[in-house]
Amino acid sequence: MISNLIKRKIFTLLKVQYSNMLEYRVEIALWAISGIIPFFMLNIWTNNNLNESINISDVMLSRYFLSAFFVRQFSVVWVVFSFEEDSLMGKVSPYLIQPLNPFFRYFAQHLAEQLTRFPFALIIAFFFFIFNPESIWIPNLGILLLSIVSTFLSFLIQFLIQSIVACLCFWTEKASSIERLLFIPTLFLSGLLAPVVSFPAYVKSWIYLTPFPYLIDFPANLLSGNETNISGGLSMQILWIFLIFPLFKKIWSEGTKKYTAMGS
Amino acid sequence: MGQNIIDVRNLSKSFNISSKEPGLKGTIKHFFRRETKSLKVIKDISFEIKEGEIVGFLGANGAGKTTILKMLCGLIYPSEGSILVSGYLPFRRKENFLKNITLIMGQKQQLIWDLPPIESFYLNASIYDLDKFEAKKRIKKLSEMLEIDEELFIPVRKLSLGQRMKSELLAALIHEPNILFLDEPTLGLDINAQRNLRKFLQKYNKENNATICLTSHYMKDITSLCKRVICVQEGAISYDGKLDLLLKKLSPVKEILIVCRSEDDAIKLENYGFTVKNKIKNEITIKIENNSITSSLKTILNNFDIEDLFINEPPIDEIIGKVLIKKDYDI
Repeated sequence: MISNLIKRKIFTLLKVQYSNMLEYRVEIALWAISGIIPFFMLNIWTNNNLNESINISDVMLSRYFLSAFFVRQFSVVWVVFSFEEDSLMGKVSPYLIQPLNPFFRYFAQHLAEQLTRFPFALIIAFFFFIFNPESIWIPNLGILLLSIVSTFLSFLIQFLIQSIVACLCFWTEKASSIERLLFIPTLFLSGLLAPVVSFPAYVKSWIYLTPFPYLIDFPANLLSGNETNISGGLSMQILWIFLIFPLFKKIWSEGTKKYTAMGS
Repeated sequence: MGQNIIDVRNLSKSFNISSKEPGLKGTIKHFFRRETKSLKVIKDISFEIKEGEIVGFLGANGAGKTTILKMLCGLIYPSEGSILVSGYLPFRRKENFLKNITLIMGQKQQLIWDLPPIESFYLNASIYDLDKFEAKKRIKKLSEMLEIDEELFIPVRKLSLGQRMKSELLAALIHEPNILFLDEPTLGLDINAQRNLRKFLQKYNKENNATICLTSHYMKDITSLCKRVICVQEGAISYDGKLDLLLKKLSPVKEILIVCRSEDDAIKLENYGFTVKNKIKNEITIKIENNSITSSLKTILNNFDIEDLFINEPPIDEIIGKVLIKKDYDI
């Protein structure tokens, strides 16, 4: 009975948000196209033969960057911007007095947006393979499923980190500026611009202590078939979620006490 | 009328406000040394509201009405004092408490802008754990009460303000809350839409024995819905009681226009001892205190040849305006 209610709640939330996202399908197509940084990076790497220094073949590198593109497409998070706007405009107020944490709405919005984005990402991948036919590969079902799980965990980590930053709206009002600061390490350390394996050994040892390499590098390596520690990577992702979630709950609970419901 | 459903004791709320001087100098100063001060916007207020009561909160802009409502529904945290709503501490936002209340703010919307309202209704229904059958039944009932039908299937962005407000109400009431917090619910609506909304709220209050706390700057909302009003002045309660008593207090005198059969009668009446406001030929306007109106009218009708008589109530907006404008008005 209870699980049915929860299931229906989740299903309705996703269904409504998906209908809403379909209203923005053109924008979402453009966002999908705007996420092609990994392809530029691939071009830079292969044209300068940089991959030779890290013993990755051209084919494996192009598979890595295509995987990085896919992981990025399905783990991109913008909750801080939505929450900040809603908070400043007073739109959070009606959500706060409903028996559902407002972040579930944003979470559903993200999932719905990913679903809308999916066909566009496939089209982009199709064109990628036309220009790079040697890169075509079909990962085995097990790896594919683990990659999907890992991408989802990456999304969860990013969603939780950004939700914590979003909660800072209760104190600073312009929390998105803090997110900009976080974007820099995310860009350089996540594996979006370069596989983490290409970093010097002492830098790598530090990077692996942060959540960043588990956002793009680990799931992309997993999907592309590069050598990676699957159980170690997944465990680290789960560990980060367990570390960040209580922090989010604490900041949320303290933040709502500070809420002044401005703009409403 | 039932037992107390809202109990507020010595409630206060302070906000930290930063101020900035105008111009470049002020901006630079503000950047390096931001001055903030604590502003007490609600000052030690206490009141109770009974189940099924409709209470209007009156006060000028910035008096603190909305802040009180926000604290009552648990949206903001009180600085001092205690609030119990339906036996719950509102700011803890317990699920059972939230299922029992709703807050409607004029011009603020919770409906999804690009989708028809019906989608938001079903979403809210699932948030409040209503099954599809029950949700359908309630949407039908409320849409009939609110007289909306086709609008349910048109994207919110294409609805008029009145249609949108009705849809907002439906979304906010789908879980049939017992306590309604309404902050300027008729803001921006035309006269007909305002009247319909008031009719709907009266009906909802009767059918569900719902308690309604209302703020509005449209006096008609207050007079047609609320028997009791709480006047808020600079964060403190200056009056808490029946609306008609407040009106009597603020306007102790009525004006009576008397049309006499002849000008001679009008002259006699002018010299009889009443306070005369003006006299034009056979028409005379006198002022009579509310508590002596019956006896004075008897005297006039028995002693003078009267053709017609009009009792002029001063406009309620004007009377209430006295409370809002004059901050130290003694009520």
